[in-house]
Amino acid sequence: MNIFVCIKQVPDTETKVVPNKDGSFIETSSIKWIMNPYDEFAVEQALLVKGTNANINVTVARVGSVQSSEALRTALAMGADDAILVEAADNLDSYTTAKALKLAIEKSGKKPDLILTGKQAIDSDCLQVPQLLAQMMGLPSVSVVVGFELNGENLVLKREIEGGALEIYNVGLPCLVACGKGLNTPRYASLPGIMKAKKKPLTQHTLAALGISDADRKVKYSEFKLPPEKPAGKKFDASEEQNIGKVVKEVVTLLRNEAKVI
Amino acid sequence: MAKVLVFAEPHGTTVKSVTFEILGKAQGHNLEVVTIGNLGAGTLQDLAKYGAQKVHTIKGKNLEKYSPEGYAEALHDFISKGNYDYVFAGATSAGKDFFPRLAGMFNSGMASDVVNFLFEGDKWYGTRPLFAGKCLAKVELQGSKPHFITIRPNALGLPSAPKSASPTTSEFSHDVTSMRAVIKEIVKGASEKLDLTEANIIVSGGRAMGNADNFKVLNQLADVIGATVGASRAAVDSGFAPHSMQVGQTGRTVSPSLYIACGISGAIQHLAGMRTSKVIVAINTDKDAPIFTKADYGIVGDLFKVVPVLTQELKNLLGK
Amino acid sequence: MINFQLNDDQLAVKETALKFAINEMRPAAAHHDQTAEFPKNIIHKAWELGLINTCIPAEYGGVGFGHVDGTVITECLAYGCLGMNTSIMSNDLALLPIVIAGNHEQKEKFLRPFTEKFQIASFCLTEPANGSDAAGIKTSIKDMGDHFLLNGNKMWITNAGFAEIFVVYCTFDSKQKHKGLCAVIVEHDRDGIEIGKPEKKMGHRCSDTRAMTFKNVKVPKENLLGKLGDGWKIAMKTLDHSRPLIGSSAVGGAQAALDHSLRYAKERIQFDVPIANHQAIQMIIADMTMKVEASRLLVQKAAWLLDNGQKNTQYASMAKAMASDTCMEVATNAVQIFGGYGYSVEYPVEKIMRDAKLIQIYEGTSQIQRIVIAREGLS
Repeated sequence: MNIFVCIKQVPDTETKVVPNKDGSFIETSSIKWIMNPYDEFAVEQALLVKGTNANINVTVARVGSVQSSEALRTALAMGADDAILVEAADNLDSYTTAKALKLAIEKSGKKPDLILTGKQAIDSDCLQVPQLLAQMMGLPSVSVVVGFELNGENLVLKREIEGGALEIYNVGLPCLVACGKGLNTPRYASLPGIMKAKKKPLTQHTLAALGISDADRKVKYSEFKLPPEKPAGKKFDASEEQNIGKVVKEVVTLLRNEAKVI
Repeated sequence: MAKVLVFAEPHGTTVKSVTFEILGKAQGHNLEVVTIGNLGAGTLQDLAKYGAQKVHTIKGKNLEKYSPEGYAEALHDFISKGNYDYVFAGATSAGKDFFPRLAGMFNSGMASDVVNFLFEGDKWYGTRPLFAGKCLAKVELQGSKPHFITIRPNALGLPSAPKSASPTTSEFSHDVTSMRAVIKEIVKGASEKLDLTEANIIVSGGRAMGNADNFKVLNQLADVIGATVGASRAAVDSGFAPHSMQVGQTGRTVSPSLYIACGISGAIQHLAGMRTSKVIVAINTDKDAPIFTKADYGIVGDLFKVVPVLTQELKNLLGK
Repeated sequence: MINFQLNDDQLAVKETALKFAINEMRPAAAHHDQTAEFPKNIIHKAWELGLINTCIPAEYGGVGFGHVDGTVITECLAYGCLGMNTSIMSNDLALLPIVIAGNHEQKEKFLRPFTEKFQIASFCLTEPANGSDAAGIKTSIKDMGDHFLLNGNKMWITNAGFAEIFVVYCTFDSKQKHKGLCAVIVEHDRDGIEIGKPEKKMGHRCSDTRAMTFKNVKVPKENLLGKLGDGWKIAMKTLDHSRPLIGSSAVGGAQAALDHSLRYAKERIQFDVPIANHQAIQMIIADMTMKVEASRLLVQKAAWLLDNGQKNTQYASMAKAMASDTCMEVATNAVQIFGGYGYSVEYPVEKIMRDAKLIQIYEGTSQIQRIVIAREGLS
């Protein structure tokens, strides 16, 4: 059985994001890159499945720029078997990314039985690549999955929707599953795992070698800017018990008459 | 004039309100609505009021309930016959789920989670947040049409005074014959309320809540003002609230009209998830908590003392 | 050649160790500090990830890390919690004499099990009446022909209540001072070992610290490291290895205090601006930053010398003294920057200040380090 896990490298959640000079993207020089947090759930899920059967191969694939802190290496250290890197800029659109992943998976010569991804990347926040990739590969997909049970060739998946409700899906392999938070607890890359990862194969492609060009881009971004700062708000002191009533009355009046939200 | 189609997602007997926000903003163009399943007469009127000239209803086998493959396939069939320039939907759970698949069927581009847009002639430009709202960027679509766009609920707002009108209606039939990912049941969540991403008002609790039980203080306030209750990562990590309630960069990104942060200090990653809220109220004992720098109205005080008073005051005001 | 860049392995190891410190250790640090409860589950988890016993060579089942690698890991763990790190690091301190002076059979018998199963080791040198004056210890070892007999008292023994084995320093003739010293491995289940109650301490409160008594404890002859009288040599070599490690824990604690200070200084508003805008605070932060980085470099150089087979005694002492004094100073300054909040247990810096003090004391006080530094320089 072949499992592919598609991961992305994104700026750390604590990173301060600053648009670059010409507004075409963000300043990437001083960013700390991490594995997209939702992708960690995907890697963990693949390894949990692998843990049930020795004949399962887990391949991690990533499209993006070459970094010193390589998320693929982390995934290999966690326990994946091999990795594919498609070298590309970090601001591709979802369509190009999905197409690159599809071609890289095909080029590996392994037929995917299960593709796992995070539900979204926390940088571009598009939530498109999983479904696009599934569509391109002719696979069914289920997104925002928080429950995963594999019985033979059949999956029972819990997808989280509005208000914490769950849609329970039945779907057969092959398929694509986009993982959400709460699905599992991702393991750490252990130190012995890190040393073993050095010997695991990592295949590298360029976009051009996969036959992808600028013409594949469907979404164009420009004018990156910081959101407007809000003017300073009003602050009220209700730390003394006798002021609470007065302060609350004042705030409620403002919410109704000034902000007009009540 | 661009030819615009808006997908109206069924919601009980009506449709999700983001549909009206999109119609309001796209006025002046050739506006049509498509939905799946029956709409009440009132909803048809409402769609027309906000500018829908035609309302199409798709019916057929395996479309009684939502499925990503079924919805995408039926809409693909419908849209292929309509020569549309732009197809919109709300960035709801379903919209986010099946729209990318639909766009992929056309090999078309899609702009996700757009918070504002305009047309220059027939050409569409949008604005969307990236990096959980830490950045905004202009987004354009290129390549073959139709182009696909999802709009973040509550971002555009409803236009103020819609005109009364009646739409033309038509039915379209499409049977979905094969579906691989099938929903066999839906398990209701703990909250019957609107999802955080769609909620108009959110009351959130942080580490200061102390335990899961104390969230009842927030639930009481939420009940009075029709709010959904959220939580900070600190509260979720401490086990006071489930992941589904988490607001922030690794939880839900929200933009309600009113966000009430109770006992939340305001870590960068929490602010990233709620900073686009229209009005922010913060209640915190620490007068220097960073949340106050984002708050329109900050109350320095103990949430367990302030919130019950606030609940009572709003109860009186709203006559509940 | 000079290279200040961690290699890819070290970066990957650092990522795991730091994630573990921030996600597993730090959230539990206050609880364990208040209750003084031994964080056994957390240490077990650290063991599963290979963060403990990094000194064990690959041929005996270890991962095969060098000393610089060890300082990278220890700095991260100490960044999470100095107290927990002491309990974690204590294993390495106890196993080092076996790595350094053990024969093949001893290494197979005593090191390998630590790589196969989670267990704890303790290092017993200090006695009620002998700390810095280690050559004067009184615990005696007597040759009984087919075994040794061990008698004496030990003090401040880290992890004593949980250890499977103890590496005990003792003397066959206390009048011979350092020439009489021996190091011997004692399994915890031997008759005659009494373990005291956990000591109540100012800092490192969750690390288990106890007094011990050995009363006519029979020890097999094959448990002796080296030969009778090798103890001093083994202890000094062990210190060359362990002091950079202790130094790196001080750097981790200091870095944590500094990071807390940086964050707080940007958040705390006084006179209408963040206190970070006030030069008075900037001066303190600049001093903290300089000393943390200088300590780190000294620690890494002390470890690098070992990795490259060079004598590092003076550097080990410089690293340990500089880093532990820095940790104390930086933690004190962090409390100063936090003001009243810094003094409150609601904020994490007062704990680091309490924890920092011990690093200037254990594994050779800052004064002993200076004696070593001067002696090495003058010799």
